[in-house]
Amino acid sequence: MDVLTLSRLQFAVTSMFHFIFVPLTLGLSVFVAMVETRYVLTGNEMYKRMAKFWGKLFLINFALGVVTGITLEFQFGMNWAEYSRYVGDIFGAPLAIEATVAFFMESVFIGVWAFGWNKVGRRFHAFSIWMVAIATNLSGLWILLANGWMQHPVGYVLRNGRAEMVDFLALITNPFGLLKFGHQIVSGYTVAAFFVMGISAYHLLKARNREFFKASFTMAAGFALFATIMVAVIGDFHAADVAKTQPAKFAAMEAVWNTCNNAPMHLIAFPDAKNECNLVSALPVPGLLSFLAFHDSNAEIRGITSFPKDERPPVLPVFLSFRLMVGLGTFFIVVAAAAFFLAKNGLLEKYPLFLKLLVLTIPLPYIANQLGWIVSELGRQPWIVYGLMKTSDAVSKSLEMSQVVGSLAGFTLLYGLLGFVDIYLLTKFARKGPEETHVGATGAFGN
Amino acid sequence: MDLHIVWFVLWGVLWAVYFMLDGFVLGAGMLHRVLGRNDSDRRVIINSFGPVWDGNEVWLITAGGATFAAFPTTYALMFSYLYTPLLLLLFGLIVRGVSFEFRSKEDGAAWRGGWDWAIVLSSFIPALLFGVAFGNIFSGLPMDQAGYHGSLLALLNPYGIVSGLLFVMLFAVHGALYVAVKTTGDLSRRAESLAKTLWVPLLLVAVLFLGYTNFATKLYDNYLKAPVFLVVPLVAVGALVGVRMLLGAGNALTAFAASCVTILGVVGTGVIGLFPNLIPSSLDALYSLTIYNSSSSDYTLKIMTTVAFIFVPIVILYKIWVYRLFRDRVTAEAVAADHEAY
Repeated sequence: MDVLTLSRLQFAVTSMFHFIFVPLTLGLSVFVAMVETRYVLTGNEMYKRMAKFWGKLFLINFALGVVTGITLEFQFGMNWAEYSRYVGDIFGAPLAIEATVAFFMESVFIGVWAFGWNKVGRRFHAFSIWMVAIATNLSGLWILLANGWMQHPVGYVLRNGRAEMVDFLALITNPFGLLKFGHQIVSGYTVAAFFVMGISAYHLLKARNREFFKASFTMAAGFALFATIMVAVIGDFHAADVAKTQPAKFAAMEAVWNTCNNAPMHLIAFPDAKNECNLVSALPVPGLLSFLAFHDSNAEIRGITSFPKDERPPVLPVFLSFRLMVGLGTFFIVVAAAAFFLAKNGLLEKYPLFLKLLVLTIPLPYIANQLGWIVSELGRQPWIVYGLMKTSDAVSKSLEMSQVVGSLAGFTLLYGLLGFVDIYLLTKFARKGPEETHVGATGAFGN
Repeated sequence: MDLHIVWFVLWGVLWAVYFMLDGFVLGAGMLHRVLGRNDSDRRVIINSFGPVWDGNEVWLITAGGATFAAFPTTYALMFSYLYTPLLLLLFGLIVRGVSFEFRSKEDGAAWRGGWDWAIVLSSFIPALLFGVAFGNIFSGLPMDQAGYHGSLLALLNPYGIVSGLLFVMLFAVHGALYVAVKTTGDLSRRAESLAKTLWVPLLLVAVLFLGYTNFATKLYDNYLKAPVFLVVPLVAVGALVGVRMLLGAGNALTAFAASCVTILGVVGTGVIGLFPNLIPSSLDALYSLTIYNSSSSDYTLKIMTTVAFIFVPIVILYKIWVYRLFRDRVTAEAVAADHEAY
């Protein structure tokens, strides 16, 4: 272990932990906003209780998302000083804009929403949660434009010993960043929709607050169907863009070792990195891979062996993560479609096994999100900025081993503890359900 | 217009506003257990800044982001050189944020007591470390062409500690005043009287800091060159004296306003003294990080200036609005009745 490896490990730990909370925030803010809009439009108090119940879970989740986000911003400077110095001229801008444009808006309106039930009118209160939802998604846009630049650097020149921005418009219209943003937000909606469906299913199985949770479930099922289909659609465009801009990552994702035309897709495959071939490859669909990548079944797919050895990403974890993510994504579409059909036809409670399945499914979209990021970040290696800067050149020069060992241990301990408490509280309040007493002026939750 | 100077000013303003706003949350957090004698008091204290603390912390994220975008070399070296103190600071801010959220979500005395201690420590440590970090930036970091020659222990030099204590005391008085004007009854009175008591050591540390600065830093050179800027430290000192006088006259709200001015003035005093450095080198001025040798390109500064000039005024407007919306004092009855409260 050296400073580089430990710093990479620390970035993985802190960003993956942060990303337990982000997707739910992205999706649940939109869901609560939709629920509260329904309350404003219909005046039905149940929707107010729904906004409060799901909103409480939103806030518990949100707190950890906010505080662990600061770590990521600080870490670019702390552990990746050479990176920050080399690309800060162009990479710093989207981060600063994210804070200025999105974080202020998000933090101010979350305060108004959480503490303002009796301070602002109904309509304005619903407007506040929409502002939170918009700001949250907007912050996703800026951070993914920043990440998109690391994946596919545009709008810069190398000057004065660093990458300098020359075209801001290119940075903010980078297709890589925009596609990733699209893919990510609907992935966040998927997490939230399955979260709401799973918790609703739990209560329906116990036959508690049936009307409340049926209404929640039905709204979430529609949200889930939309989101899961969009994940696949945008994901398809995203993968095609990766094939074009990051052929090495694409080759690893699909475990293509040798360059070929009319590349088939093997439904079953398992790569053998040592011998640079696939241990197993069965059930080929002729030309499918070329077609998926370039929408032309004769197109050439570059194989991993066509890249110098020191420019290849680790194939096995990228391949497995990608396969598993796609498999989960497909599973989500099927479950969402079934859930939507059953909910719309009032058949939910006739299928307790399906409800049980939904409870168990809650963690899976989280896992799919993490897998997607493993594909994205590990698949970009050995580059920190694709084709421009290697990760090994990016780490801070002033760091000492003991510092990083200490910080990694500290983060692991602290995050482990906080994650445990957060999940405990989420479970507690999710199980508890909405308060039975009818909503008075101040709301319906005890604590 | 020299955009380097624009961004230097903006950089100073972002830090100053961050300390003014988060200062009272850090201060109230430090005094959380002293001022809050029972559970009800403590909930009132947390809820007094409940709707705004998160928004206050965003000023720090923005200050960090602005440093990254406008002065990337300073960002890179400042954050990597100050690795361990920043790490501890981060841990503090992380624990503090979740403590507010988690504390009242369970009833047990051990649960709440544990989070109360967490709030105290996670407020005190960042306050102290911000002071230590800025003290060391004012006096310069030991850096040259070979890199950084400092350590955590070296940062805890006497001047760094005096600066740390200054920040702790500034925020403690600031936080006590905030609690005084945002709560009612006995709690409010206790906070007001604690602010009076703490003002005395604050004055002593401030005098020590101002005197020590003359020996430990080159901050005063700029004031000798352009005495007109002396107005900033004078305002800071005047406002600090004003805090006590206004408290004596029984006007806690204007005393809090004076405390805001004091914090802005203290940060302003340091930042003006730094110019044109962002981080001076204590070894050789040749290796100081200045607004010219560590900045982004003109193009990036232009883009960032446009963004800042459009969005910062909007941010300020809705920040003022949200403070007005939650201007009422927080009472124990309201917190007990409001099930959404912390």
